[in-house]
Amino acid sequence: MATTALPHAPSHTPSPTGLWSWITTVDHKRIGILYGATAFLFFLMGGIEAMLIRIQLSSPNNTLIGPETYNQLFTMHGTTMIFLAVMPLSAMFFNFLIPLQLGARDVAFPRLNAFSYWVFLLGGLLMNSSWLLNAAPNGGWFGYANQTSKQFSPGMNIDFWTVGLQILGIASLAAAVNFFVTIINMRAPGMKMMHMPMFVWMSFITQILLLLSFPIITVALILLMIDRSFGTHFFVPSGGGDPILWQHLFWLFGHPEVYILILPSFGIVSEILPVFSRKPLFGYAAMVFSGAFIAFVGFGVWAHHMFSTGMGPFADAFFALTTMIIAIPTGVKIFNWIGTVWGGRIEFKTPMLFCLGFIAMFIMGGLSGVMHSSPPADLQQTDTYFIVAHFHYVLFGGSIFAISGGAYFWYPKMFGKLLDESLGKVHFWLTLIGFNLTFFPMHIVGLQGMPRRVYTYSPESNFELLNKIETAGSFVLMAAFLVFIYNILKTWRGTQPPVGADPWNGATLEWSIPSPPPEFNFAKVPTVHGRDALWEMKRQAGGGLPEPVRESGAGIHMPNPSYYPLIAAIGVTVALGGFIGGSHLWVHVVGVVIMLYGIFSWAFEPAG
Amino acid sequence: MPNLSVPSRRLLRWIPALTLGVLLLLAACAPEQYPQTTLLPRANTARDQDHLFRLTLWWALVVFVLVEGALLIAIWKFRSRPDAPEPVQTHGNTTLEIVWTIIPAFILAMIAVPTVRTIFKTAAKPVGDDVLQVEVIGHQWWWEFRYPQLGITTASELKIPMGRTVNLEMTTVDVLHSFWLPQFAGKRDVFPNRYNNLWFKAEVTGNFPAQCTEFCGIQHGRMAYRIVSLDGPAFDAWAANFNAPPRDFVADSTANALVKQGQGLFAAKACSGCHSMYPALPLIGPNLHHVGSRSHIAAGTLENTDENLAKWIQNPQAWKKGVLMPNLGLTDDETHALVAYLRANQ
Repeated sequence: MATTALPHAPSHTPSPTGLWSWITTVDHKRIGILYGATAFLFFLMGGIEAMLIRIQLSSPNNTLIGPETYNQLFTMHGTTMIFLAVMPLSAMFFNFLIPLQLGARDVAFPRLNAFSYWVFLLGGLLMNSSWLLNAAPNGGWFGYANQTSKQFSPGMNIDFWTVGLQILGIASLAAAVNFFVTIINMRAPGMKMMHMPMFVWMSFITQILLLLSFPIITVALILLMIDRSFGTHFFVPSGGGDPILWQHLFWLFGHPEVYILILPSFGIVSEILPVFSRKPLFGYAAMVFSGAFIAFVGFGVWAHHMFSTGMGPFADAFFALTTMIIAIPTGVKIFNWIGTVWGGRIEFKTPMLFCLGFIAMFIMGGLSGVMHSSPPADLQQTDTYFIVAHFHYVLFGGSIFAISGGAYFWYPKMFGKLLDESLGKVHFWLTLIGFNLTFFPMHIVGLQGMPRRVYTYSPESNFELLNKIETAGSFVLMAAFLVFIYNILKTWRGTQPPVGADPWNGATLEWSIPSPPPEFNFAKVPTVHGRDALWEMKRQAGGGLPEPVRESGAGIHMPNPSYYPLIAAIGVTVALGGFIGGSHLWVHVVGVVIMLYGIFSWAFEPAG
Repeated sequence: MPNLSVPSRRLLRWIPALTLGVLLLLAACAPEQYPQTTLLPRANTARDQDHLFRLTLWWALVVFVLVEGALLIAIWKFRSRPDAPEPVQTHGNTTLEIVWTIIPAFILAMIAVPTVRTIFKTAAKPVGDDVLQVEVIGHQWWWEFRYPQLGITTASELKIPMGRTVNLEMTTVDVLHSFWLPQFAGKRDVFPNRYNNLWFKAEVTGNFPAQCTEFCGIQHGRMAYRIVSLDGPAFDAWAANFNAPPRDFVADSTANALVKQGQGLFAAKACSGCHSMYPALPLIGPNLHHVGSRSHIAAGTLENTDENLAKWIQNPQAWKKGVLMPNLGLTDDETHALVAYLRANQ
């Protein structure tokens, strides 16, 4: 901890290394890498859960995994993939890229950023520690009341879920405040809002969604938590409560959450397509406004998850229409992406393959979405595998494809080396084939009558063949990710020459600085005059990178490392963890004391 | 720059395999092979739902072919080639963007109008004395059916008359469930202290499987039931016959000794504490009046055979872990007698 450094000491010394430097880091790039590594491990866990589900369903009346474990597996698969994999993988890109693309030296609140990461990590570990007690959450990722009430779920399973999600929500909200302020305040001189890279725009809209929707799930979870801990009756019908209230609160959060999962991916794709088409993004303004429109209308469609609850014809019609309307800006985005590629000079590098795959798969997910926007048709489709197929086409075919493309695209910026292209192509094709083999038959098996969340099915139902194909596909998908892991390990250990600042002929500012970037990012903060700032600078400099990159970072003043965010995060986790298995006063007290110690020390620590 | 023609020729070799795959998928689509399919509507309500499904499916296919086609053409046509010029740096095209906003809006309107019309059409509750009213009650993990006009309570097998409007008034005594009639009316969730309805008029007779579609705890996966559609006279005969009180085999000199022993055990082993044998008397477990005539037992998950019934009552937890029916520790002889008694109840 260089707290005694002189205010204007040269800080171009190599960044500190070692475990302690990672624990105390407030560098947005390191925090981004921490988010990415942690989320990838959780992603693998969610994948193992999915594989076990697929193995159980590969034959009828299979007794391999009993109903108790199966219900835990599908609950944790959904919860993990949404809150511990896709959201933090997006957070990896927010952290790493937003300051770099804005031409900033860090986020607005670097220590709050570290706090977000630690809270996320501890929340994820706490929730997954339930496996060790054979008490993993088992009420579905949607946790419908009154199945989750103390009467019908007396164990600790649901407590791990409510407490875990509360903690993760704190991480998301803290991060959302941070990135919102960063984007508003820390853009490079000259960078107007309508000059920002599309990834930053989509991230900005995502932060607004997070800020508006997470308080809703927080309220719902608090009500559920005190129902379970103190015997209140918000969702308990025998005490005058109403389970349908939970559904409205949950989906009022849950639908914006869908866009929280996909909008960052829209941003990633909108960055990668232009670079490998050598052409600017088609219809920039339309892309911004369609994203904003999706987010806005996204708050008015929640009850399309509830068509089967019998809301009455007026509500059904209203939510059907708003849902159909949201297809229009989504279509605009797809057409603009095709317009970006159209007339370009497409180079089929791995990031580009994943982004083209994203468009192709997302179209299918969008179309099946329109199919169940019609409530009478949805009364057959809802809670069947048709829905499972639909949302995997948007969340896997969408988010995971885009995130994979983004990983190949920005890996050299993060670590200074290119991932292997041939392995990358194998990874892509195995993913594309495995994905469609796993999820396409789910459309059919759902329409032929297979419900979701069932641990087995009868031989009479004749679902076996399609389920076998799906399971085979899931093994192909697993192979794809093993290739990816092998690629990372091979690249990590390899001795290939450093990649340089700009391996892809990038359009945005992160490619103007060395790979990996120095701690201070920009030796000289760039001045921006329009969109695709780096392309413009390169054009003016006659092709090569412009001058400022060659200046040293002497005299740049960066925030000091700090471990207080971690202490505050431990306090938060302990304080809320006291709600597992009832309410344990002494645990709350210990947690709050640790948290207050962390926050006060943090407040009075010199910021650097 | 990579030349795509070699990889694309390699891709061509996959065409036979792909064709075979597509044919297999199409074969897997034939709904006749799937007893729980939603694609063979057999009642007015399901037909309305199916009509909207097909409407959206065809529009989706049209859009799919056009948009994926445009994407593939772009990928092929604008692939990087050594002689390709530097692309024109276009930033957008307002006319084009307006056009591709309006066309989807038009397609959605084509779906929205019939959607709203069907919502209101299927929401209207049927009226008239001819409508058969059935109260559907969800339990963890089985369904109870009451026919207030007929004074009947039964379980796990919903008997309906073909050609007559049936209105289901549905609720639950514990957690949320969802009652699904794939060939007849789609599904509707049930809530405590609230009644939701579905109505339909069946067009065929037959015995159809169905199951709960809202996650409801450990045995959601085995909360099944049968929908048995009978023609009018057969339904009336069933109802009249069902309304008779249970046979007292003990007092019946013609009855088999094993059945008599089973009837005694049914009371002695406390089966009767949860299961009613009377057509109009609900208890906390499924009503077993005429259980011998049901096609399935164990909430529609096992065929009703001596063997299955014995396996089920001797160790319900083995087939349906977590079910509220306990293992009673019945001996083989006791099981044998109880099976004979239950099967004789028809």
